[in-house]
Amino acid sequence: MTLYRIAPYLQAAPLTLILAAFLVLPIATIVMVSFWDYDSIQIFPDFVFTNYEETITSPVTWRTYLNTLKYTVIVWAVTLLVGFWVAYYLAFHIRSATMQMVLFLVCTIPFLTSNIIRMISWIPFLGRNGLLNQSLMTMGLIDQPLEFLLFSDFAVVLAMVHLYTLFMVTPIFNTLMRIDRALIEAARDAGANAFQILTNVILPLAKPGIAIGSIFVVTLVMGDFITVRFMSGGQSASVGLMMANQIALLQYPAAAANAVILLVLVLLLVAAILRIVNIRKEL
Amino acid sequence: MSQKTTDRTGAKSAKSGAAGTAGKTAPAGAGVSRRGLLKGAAALGGLAVGGQAVTGFPTVWAQNPITLRQFGTGVSNLNAIAEKCKADLGITLQMTALDSDAVSQRVVTQANSFDIADIEYWICKKVFAAGTLQPMDVAKIKYYDQIVPIFTTGKLTPQSQIAQGTAPNTVSFVEGPDSKKFAPAPTQWMTLIPTIYNADTLGIRPDLVGRPIKNWKDILDPAFKGKTSILNIPSIGIMDAAMICESAGIVKYADKGNMTKAEIDITIDFLIKTKQAGQFRAFWKTFDESVNLMASGEVVIQSMWSPAVAAVRSKGIPCVYQPLEEGYRAWGGGLGIAKHLKGAQLDAAYEYINWYLSGWVGAYLNRQGYYSAVLSTAEKNMTPDEWAFWMLGQPAKTDILSPEGKVMYTAGAVRDGGSFEQRMGAVACWNSVMDEDRYMVRRWNEFIAA
Repeated sequence: MTLYRIAPYLQAAPLTLILAAFLVLPIATIVMVSFWDYDSIQIFPDFVFTNYEETITSPVTWRTYLNTLKYTVIVWAVTLLVGFWVAYYLAFHIRSATMQMVLFLVCTIPFLTSNIIRMISWIPFLGRNGLLNQSLMTMGLIDQPLEFLLFSDFAVVLAMVHLYTLFMVTPIFNTLMRIDRALIEAARDAGANAFQILTNVILPLAKPGIAIGSIFVVTLVMGDFITVRFMSGGQSASVGLMMANQIALLQYPAAAANAVILLVLVLLLVAAILRIVNIRKEL
Repeated sequence: MSQKTTDRTGAKSAKSGAAGTAGKTAPAGAGVSRRGLLKGAAALGGLAVGGQAVTGFPTVWAQNPITLRQFGTGVSNLNAIAEKCKADLGITLQMTALDSDAVSQRVVTQANSFDIADIEYWICKKVFAAGTLQPMDVAKIKYYDQIVPIFTTGKLTPQSQIAQGTAPNTVSFVEGPDSKKFAPAPTQWMTLIPTIYNADTLGIRPDLVGRPIKNWKDILDPAFKGKTSILNIPSIGIMDAAMICESAGIVKYADKGNMTKAEIDITIDFLIKTKQAGQFRAFWKTFDESVNLMASGEVVIQSMWSPAVAAVRSKGIPCVYQPLEEGYRAWGGGLGIAKHLKGAQLDAAYEYINWYLSGWVGAYLNRQGYYSAVLSTAEKNMTPDEWAFWMLGQPAKTDILSPEGKVMYTAGAVRDGGSFEQRMGAVACWNSVMDEDRYMVRRWNEFIAA
């Protein structure tokens, strides 16, 4: 009898333990350390708000957060646009299920290499003497190499879109595949044109997928530091990069305070997305 | 790692059988294969006595295997040194390479995790007060008298001026065996035994700059707009920035190595203005980044380290480590002994340090374009041509090889900057740690974010 009562707890225990050990505990530690004090080589247990004060009152922090948000908005918009149409094409224009799967797998091929390699491979392509500039110059389209291609915001956004679009494609493709084709036929029978079908039928039904994809992209871009560092040539800042710098300088409490602020901000963004879209329909 | 090194050395000793000493069989207990041990023992039979006579080091470590855990920055943590040390002394060196920030932290917070700390002098200034290192008795340092005087009196020649920044001599000595207070003049107690040092300057692409480069301020030339870079390691980058600002007449520092808040502000504000005007192409943090920026032509003039210049050149791309009128930014590192070492391990540490200064390592480092602490012993381990090229600044008579045997310079080449005296005699400032360190780092981050 008792076994019946504790069985559900036992079943939930492994996941609970894993989450407690690898999610709750580290986050609790970060929150704790964010209140500690530090000097140039050591950190001391303490309860001070200076880390938050210094972080929040510094104009650099604000500028960095704004810059990160700028990347997030641009990358989100571009990945949504590209991701939606790729998914739309796969779901509605490819007739055979086999072909759909094949093409979907093609989308994942870049993921067979590490994302750092995918990112770094842009550098020789976009550089001053890179492939793109050389081809354009040989074709006579430009006389001077285009400098903005590399080590710029353009390069950062380009690399991020390249890295993260699939995170948008997959959930949207998934929701689109679940749309009952009869609904589209019914809409057409009722006299809707293609655009009306898109805005009144497909988009509302694709919302959960868009929301999930958005959560992926937003959290990935907000936390990114390596893409920003490499593609901007160290010229731009992101929150993740700011934290990486602080860690390199042994300012762990400051980095922890930053991490807590970022975590809160990202959770707010995710909450906002969830307010707009009920993704449980999807799950 | 140590296991591997052990095996490799064992195998090599068995194969070559040359220069074998008793030391080579030392790791018997530490996991050499039976075959290796037998072969090693055979080699030992023939060579032990002779080998010892040549190197002159005792064999106690053969009976009582000693492992020393050394950690430090990448420059001098070289496997070749660990292997040679194993072969000559029988002491197993476990090397860990970390970046300088991690090194500082580890010295202070994990005092028992290392035996030998290979740190830079400015790190020493920061961490020695933590009391985790013990000063060394110079009476036990065999070549103490021959150490380059930069590290003892601070003066390369009796006439030279001591440069700004954390000059090594200012943190080389403490007042007593238990003291943490740096002594102004040499005493019997030395904090670090110098190992490796060099004078840094700007690297240029002579084929792309199109004009002679003479001053640090040339990096600001509008002709190089969007084609320059400086390194993004605050404590070193700020020094390069200071050399540039002073050269351009923006500010005159009382001590570049220890700026006031106002001086930091002027420097960083100027950097931000320069960055926003688009003068910089990128900021680099790692060795490879600097090599790639230069080799790809993204930048034509930038902060650089001497092996990075060699790396660019080894790709067949012209690159010069340009001497500048204002002088060099120098850096230096040394070996410190952990507080907890005593008895046989402490003896082994001294043994290792004496061996380090005895010539083989010195020659190895000199051949990489760095400088070693005891020049007389290093000279004996280099060919006269190598010595003339690296240290005297004379044209190479034959091809100059790297320690790995790759051609670095072809016959007729001359080292950038000339002789040892010309280069180390023109040091304007040393890498340093400032009193306003935290403020400087905060402003530096602002510069990067701007």
